[in-house]
Amino acid sequence: MPRRHPEEAAFPLRARFPSRPRPPSRARPPRHSGLPFSGLLSRTRLPLYARIAWYGFRRHSAYRTAALAGAFTNTVFGILRAHVLIALWEARPGLAGYDVADAVTFCFLSQAFIGPMQLFGGGLQLAERVRGGDVAVDLARPASLQAWNLADDLGRAAYLLLLRSVPPTLVGAALFGIVFPTEPAAWVFFTVSFVLGVVVSFGWRYLVALSSFWIVDDRGTQSLSLVLMMFFSGMVLPLNLFPGWLGTLAQSLPWAAMVQIPADVYLGKRDALEAFALQALWAAALLVLGALATRAARRKVVVQGG
Amino acid sequence: MVRTYLLLAWTWLRASAQYPIPMAAMALGSFVLNGLDVAAIWIVFGHTDALGGFTLAEVMFLYGTAGVSFALSDMLFGNVDRLSQHIRAGTFDAMLVRPASAFVQMATDRFGVHRFGRMTQAAVVLGIALSQLDLEWSRTWMVPVMIVCGIVIFTSIFTLGGALQFLLTDAPEVANAFTYGGSTLTQYPLTVYGGDLVKAVTFIVPLAFVNWQPGLYVLGRDDPFGLPYWLRFAAPAAALVLALAAALAWRAGIRRYRSTGS
Repeated sequence: MPRRHPEEAAFPLRARFPSRPRPPSRARPPRHSGLPFSGLLSRTRLPLYARIAWYGFRRHSAYRTAALAGAFTNTVFGILRAHVLIALWEARPGLAGYDVADAVTFCFLSQAFIGPMQLFGGGLQLAERVRGGDVAVDLARPASLQAWNLADDLGRAAYLLLLRSVPPTLVGAALFGIVFPTEPAAWVFFTVSFVLGVVVSFGWRYLVALSSFWIVDDRGTQSLSLVLMMFFSGMVLPLNLFPGWLGTLAQSLPWAAMVQIPADVYLGKRDALEAFALQALWAAALLVLGALATRAARRKVVVQGG
Repeated sequence: MVRTYLLLAWTWLRASAQYPIPMAAMALGSFVLNGLDVAAIWIVFGHTDALGGFTLAEVMFLYGTAGVSFALSDMLFGNVDRLSQHIRAGTFDAMLVRPASAFVQMATDRFGVHRFGRMTQAAVVLGIALSQLDLEWSRTWMVPVMIVCGIVIFTSIFTLGGALQFLLTDAPEVANAFTYGGSTLTQYPLTVYGGDLVKAVTFIVPLAFVNWQPGLYVLGRDDPFGLPYWLRFAAPAAALVLALAAALAWRAGIRRYRSTGS
């Protein structure tokens, strides 16, 4: 039995050729691959999108050194930013409802979010595939382009959470001491808010990537998106420091759902249900927009060379 | 070497001018993105009058000088930190066989007008800071000196970061911690960071000589860490030593380079 390409393996034959009768099942010898349980996972009939998420996880695990290098850089920047925030909170104790420990925790959490939330943009191969024409293959698949990419992105986020989020948080805890919630409920709330944040981040980046269907060179859109994501998520400074109407506006925009809201839920500074509602609202809005844009793009796409 | 640099940079510039809209969008994007740092400083000073003992105008002065140095260095040589991409793609081998310095080819690769965005933004901030500060005229000769030394120091760090990628081809992001990290560090007065980090950036990675030590002289301030007065004039020496180290590291990297091998 030749080893199949992971993407092809995601499709049972039945899904590709619905009219064809299923081949009689045969006992297959177990296949071995580098990761534990992968043999088990590829043989059991996981739902399609769960498998794609697993392959996204595995694909990113090929770049372990790069992820660790990213974690190192995120940690160094966390230390620099923490010092600035400490200086500010020592000058103004209790500013914006945080104490110094909260501010430092916020800083390292936001650094930890860079990987999973992909705060510098990108993370999806879609834009590249649109430019190269490979998107024709993606569109021909009997699966939703959006859901496929979402599943893949969740796998990516899960991997980067392990390699790029845990190290900066631990270093921050060791050097400065950060706040750890003691109640289990707080951890559950944070997990929900974090996952919603990743979905909002995907919804936004998917729209940016889809823009390549209309604007072939996406570097301009990418750099605009980077500015919005950096500033309005809370990466540059916590949004509760923003003055007046700018602060109110920034707190209700989708980018807040990526850093500020999950961090506030972690710190217990925000009502969890209210936070989930805002995040879920933006997640739904961006996903619906993404679905509409996908439909428009499907009609628009011209693949050269047939 | 300068002639080769100009020729290659001009060629890339003309190539990028073939796509004027993305070019303008990227220049604007880079201008705004770096403006976010100023916005952050402005918001911080909305909540406090002094940070680490320095006022808004003084912090803008430190930000502006370091910003101009970093922007010019990034514009002229910053591309060197993309070495690992070229090593992995095999295009670095092509550069080595051409009859021009590999360093110059790396520095000019994809030279585009977007690289001017950061420069413009930092220069504007420095101009505002200089107009707001009541500086002693006899001390302003240091400003161009510190900018030139800053360019040399940042370029050396970019080069060291590039040379590091001969070893860490799969982990180019490590270099960012020192290049962009250095740029972030020098945006604020070093009093913010506390003693140990300041000793490290004075005596190990001499980032303190980009704007901090000479800046203290221009602003006529005492050293909050009590380091010797002559350090304020040591920026050219520090820049020279670091540049030598960077040149040696780059040459050593090229010598031991064995191509991708596959």
